[in-house]
Amino acid sequence: MAEMKLAPGNGPETGSATALRSSQDSWLRRNRQTLAPLLFLAPGVIFFLFYVIFPILQSFNLSFYRWDGLGDPQFIGMENYRELMDDRAFEVSLWNNLKWLLLYLLAIPAGLFIALFLNQTVTGIRLYKSLFFFPFVISQVVVGLVFSWFYDPTFGLLNQVLGWVGLGPLNVLGDPTLVTYGIIAAGLWPQTAYCMILYLTGLNAVDPEQVEAARLDGAKGAKMLWYVIIPQLRPATFVAFVVTIIGALRSFDLISIMTNGGPFGSSRVLSFYMFEKALSEYGFRMGYGAAIAVVLFLIMLCFIAYFLWSMYQDDKGGR
Amino acid sequence: MFPKPIQNSSRAWQTTYQALVPAALVMWLLPLIAVAIFSIKPEADFTTGNYWGVPSSFEGFSNYGRVFFGSDMPRYLLNSVLITVPTVIGAVALSCMTGFALGVYKFRGNLLLFFMFVAGNFVPFQILMVPVRDLTLDMGLYNTKTGLVLFHIAFQTGFCTLFMRNFIRALPFELIEAARVEGVAEWRIFWFVVLPLMKPAIAALSVLIFTFIWNDYFWAVVLTQGAESQPVTAGITSFNAQYRAAYHLMSAGSIVAALPPVAMFFLMQRHFIAGLTLGAVK
Repeated sequence: MAEMKLAPGNGPETGSATALRSSQDSWLRRNRQTLAPLLFLAPGVIFFLFYVIFPILQSFNLSFYRWDGLGDPQFIGMENYRELMDDRAFEVSLWNNLKWLLLYLLAIPAGLFIALFLNQTVTGIRLYKSLFFFPFVISQVVVGLVFSWFYDPTFGLLNQVLGWVGLGPLNVLGDPTLVTYGIIAAGLWPQTAYCMILYLTGLNAVDPEQVEAARLDGAKGAKMLWYVIIPQLRPATFVAFVVTIIGALRSFDLISIMTNGGPFGSSRVLSFYMFEKALSEYGFRMGYGAAIAVVLFLIMLCFIAYFLWSMYQDDKGGR
Repeated sequence: MFPKPIQNSSRAWQTTYQALVPAALVMWLLPLIAVAIFSIKPEADFTTGNYWGVPSSFEGFSNYGRVFFGSDMPRYLLNSVLITVPTVIGAVALSCMTGFALGVYKFRGNLLLFFMFVAGNFVPFQILMVPVRDLTLDMGLYNTKTGLVLFHIAFQTGFCTLFMRNFIRALPFELIEAARVEGVAEWRIFWFVVLPLMKPAIAALSVLIFTFIWNDYFWAVVLTQGAESQPVTAGITSFNAQYRAAYHLMSAGSIVAALPPVAMFFLMQRHFIAGLTLGAVK
C-alpha cells in the first residue's frame, strides 16, 4: 500500500539541514495545515474566478449599458430592462421557458417507469439497459437533427405513422402552436434516459429486507411503490430533479438546430433569445443580451439556492 | 427487489416480458434507427421518394467514404479530439487538487468555496457569454482551440470539484491521519495516499467530461468559427449546409459525429454510470 513507501525519513526535516533551513522548515511545518489547502486550491479557484465568477459580475454590469461589441459602452441605467418589459419576443421566450420547465419534469416519472420496467434479471438485460440509455450519450445537435427529420412533413416517420391511422399530415416544427412542444419532446428523449439510469441505480440500492417485510404485510403494486420504494429513492429523485431543471433552463442546442427560434420566433426561449440579440447578424446588442441573461440567471438562482440549501442540510451531518 | 422478480411470476408473463423488452427498445430508438437506415441508402432512393422502403442498394461504404474523404469531417473530428482531451486532463488535474483541499482540510470558508464551485457549475451559459467571448478576443484566442479549452477547463472544474470533494470525503480519513502522524508532507499525502485511491473517480470524471465537452455546441458557436478550429458539433451544421437535402450524407455525418462518445460509453460503462449517478444513492 501507499503508506509503506512513506516510511519515516521522508519528512521535511530529513538530512543535515542548516540552521536557517530548519527554521524555515519549522515555519512551514507549523503552518502547513493552512498553507497546503491554499496551494492546492489556488490554481482551480483562480481559473474559476477568472472565467466564471467575474464574468457573471461583468454581465450584471454590462446590462446597464448600450454596447455593440466594438465601440465604447454607453451607460443607460435601467433602459435595457425597461425595454424588456414591452418586448413581445421576450414575453414569448419567458412563457416558453415555463413550458420547458414544467414539461421537462415529465422526464422524471417517465424515467422511473422505464427503470421499473427494466429492473429485472433476465439474460441480456444489461445490454438492454445500456441501449435504453443511448440517447443521453449522443450530442443534442444530433438529437435535434434526428428529430427534425422525424417531424419532417414530407417524409418524416411521425407523419408516416399518423398516415397509417388516418391522421396528419402535421408540420410540427412549422406550426407556431406546436413547435415548442415538439422540441420539448425531442429534449425529453435523452433526459428520460438520464433519469432512468439514476433510478436504476437507486433501485439497486433499495433495501431488500424492507421490501420483503412490506410484502409480508400485504403491500404490493402501486401501494408498495408509493409507500416503500419511492421514499427510498429520494436521493435519486433529488438528483433527477436538479439535472432536469438545469437542463430545461439551459435548452439551447435543440432550438438552434431544429428551428433557429422560428417559425416567427415562436420557439425561442430566454437562452436562445439572448444569444440572438447579443450576436445576431443585424448587429450586436451586448447590453440588451446581458439584461436577458441576468433575468435567466435570476430565475436559475432560485433553484440553485434551493439545491445548495438541500446540500447544506445533508452536509451538516458530515465530518 | 422491486418490482417482483420476473422469475417468480407465471410462465406466460415471463415470455411476454422477454418479447416486450426488445419491442420497447426498438420503439425507443426508432428515430435513431431511421437515421441509421438513411445513412446506408443510395441517393436515388430519396429522389424517387423511397424514404422508408427497403434500400434499393447498400451504399454504406460510399456514403461513409464521402463523409471521411470528401468533406471537412475528419478535420472537425480532429479538432474535437484536440479540444476534448486537453480539457479532460486539465479539469481533472485541477479538481483533484481542489477536491483534496476541500475534502480533507478544515478551514474557514471551506464550505463557502465549495458552494461557489457548485453554484458556478449550475449557472446559465448566457450570463457568461459576452464577457467570456470578450476575454477570449482580448487574449487573442478567439477562434482557436486553446481559447475553447481554457474556458472549458475552468467551467468544468466546478462540476469536477463537486464530484472529487464528495468522493474524497467518503475515503477513510484514518489513512490521512496516520500519514500525518508519521510526519509525511501534505503534498506527499496527496500524491501517494489519496491520489491512488481516487483512480475510480478520475476514470469516471474523465469519461463524463469527455462526453460533455465532445457534445458541447453552445461554446463552440460562441468562441470559434470556421473549419480550422470548430469541433464536430458545430461542424455538422456547415456540413449540412454543404450537403443540403442529401439526407444519406447528412445521416452518415451525424452518426460519425455521435460515435466517439458512444464508443467511450460502451467501453467505460461502469465508470460512466458511477459518475452520472453520483449522489443518487446514499
